[in-house]
Amino acid sequence: MSDDVTWSSAADIAAAVQSGKVSALEVTEQMLGVIDKRNRVLNAFTAVTDERARARAKAIDASPDKAKLSLAGVPFAVKNLFDIEGLPTLAGSKINRARTPAPRDAVLMERLEAAGAVLVGALNMGEYAYDFTGENVHDGPSRNPHDPERMTGGSSGGSGSAVGGGMVPLALGSDTNGSIRVPSSLCGIFGLKPTYGRLTRTRSFPFVASLDHLGPFARTVRDLALSYDTMQGFDAEDAACVDRPLESTTPFLEQGLDGLRVAVAGGYFRKGASPEALSALDAVAKALNAREVEIPEANRARSAAYVITTTEGAALHLERLRRQANDFDPAVRDRLIAGAMIPSTLVVKAQNFRRWYRDAVLALFKDCDAILAPATPVTAPKIGQVNFTLDGIEMPVRANMGLYTQPISFIGLPVVAVPVPLKPLPIGVQIIAAPWREDVALRIAQALETMGVVAAPRPAL
Amino acid sequence: MADKLDDFIDAAAGALDLPLEPAWKPAVKANLEVSLRHAAAFADFPLPDEAEPAPIFKA
Repeated sequence: MSDDVTWSSAADIAAAVQSGKVSALEVTEQMLGVIDKRNRVLNAFTAVTDERARARAKAIDASPDKAKLSLAGVPFAVKNLFDIEGLPTLAGSKINRARTPAPRDAVLMERLEAAGAVLVGALNMGEYAYDFTGENVHDGPSRNPHDPERMTGGSSGGSGSAVGGGMVPLALGSDTNGSIRVPSSLCGIFGLKPTYGRLTRTRSFPFVASLDHLGPFARTVRDLALSYDTMQGFDAEDAACVDRPLESTTPFLEQGLDGLRVAVAGGYFRKGASPEALSALDAVAKALNAREVEIPEANRARSAAYVITTTEGAALHLERLRRQANDFDPAVRDRLIAGAMIPSTLVVKAQNFRRWYRDAVLALFKDCDAILAPATPVTAPKIGQVNFTLDGIEMPVRANMGLYTQPISFIGLPVVAVPVPLKPLPIGVQIIAAPWREDVALRIAQALETMGVVAAPRPAL
Repeated sequence: MADKLDDFIDAAAGALDLPLEPAWKPAVKANLEVSLRHAAAFADFPLPDEAEPAPIFKA
């Protein structure tokens, strides 16, 4: 572990705490100091749970099992749609500030803390997770650690900022259409959107039930795998959570690429991508000797995901829209009201199409183990930037940052977003695997990290 | 089409008991137009009559 704990990996911190080289309380105090300083610039945190963190760290230091805790003393933070005992679950909204404080933590947080991790706070996010920018009208924008004048991406913007900015080695976020992969890409860190149904969502605030995933952010692949392994496990309270045995990924991370066949998505996934996005994709594809493959009907899939998102989101918020529409971010409100008006026949069509599309994409995995695609079409835009130009066409940032992520989460595939450290700004690439094969995506990510093709660049803060 | 959509939005807001202040209407309409364009992209995709939806998706 480096003397500057803020750039240490979770694995290194845990090893140092396990061995007694440093105490969990010392790590916590250092991290809280850094959060206090850097958050003034990055606006990643909406609440710092400092008293709780100190108490938890002291308990770990006193624990006779300290040496067995895989995340001993590792600070982490969560997007503010996770329930945190004693705090209202904001989900980035003004309306939720009136909620009763949560009586209990989200299940994934309980699992991380059982492994020795230390919660240090709640993180900024786009309102109700309906966002690709990381901007929030109530809490202010989360800011990109590589250039605070730029977006983090969203909706897990605070998670991207906190991990990329060295305020925590681990954070949790949610991904409905790209909200883990987009901030990972713009903030230059690793993110994992697991298979739909793999990680329980119990005691987190929903957005689109049929598309919502929870997952981790980290600055190394090993940290991503370590936290993911810790959070696995069936939970009957989440109807979508699948009863599967634990499938640890960390033992297989170093197996290299032998026997793995990697493809790179062409067609739709190259249209509109900026030179930076294509450069990053090509660098990764070259390192993996990937052949090109076409993901069929990805454009229609993105459209169907769009319609399901806006209608399911509208259904979730219908009563709030009726009761207190003026308390929404106007951009979110107007999209949700429009979503409420979409005829149900079109929603059912979208669901029918999703079934067809899933079967068509899964067939591709007979001939390959993973598929590469850009994570975002561009590097981080400026905060407040409304439009960008893709393929010569000006279009809204807010609606289009998920061009390449939406067709993937639409059918619940597991994806690791890996950062290519381009200058001046990083950009991400998606490693997409077949359902339940997070191990494959993480193994490829680890090989790329070992080769030096991908890495989380350290910003000048 | 534009007028029909205006009428549809007014009727839908009434039927759904949704507030719709005049100032919000252009943005709501723009969003609905985008959604309907997206819907047109898959609505005519040839699926068999037996095609089933995936309301609870299982990967």
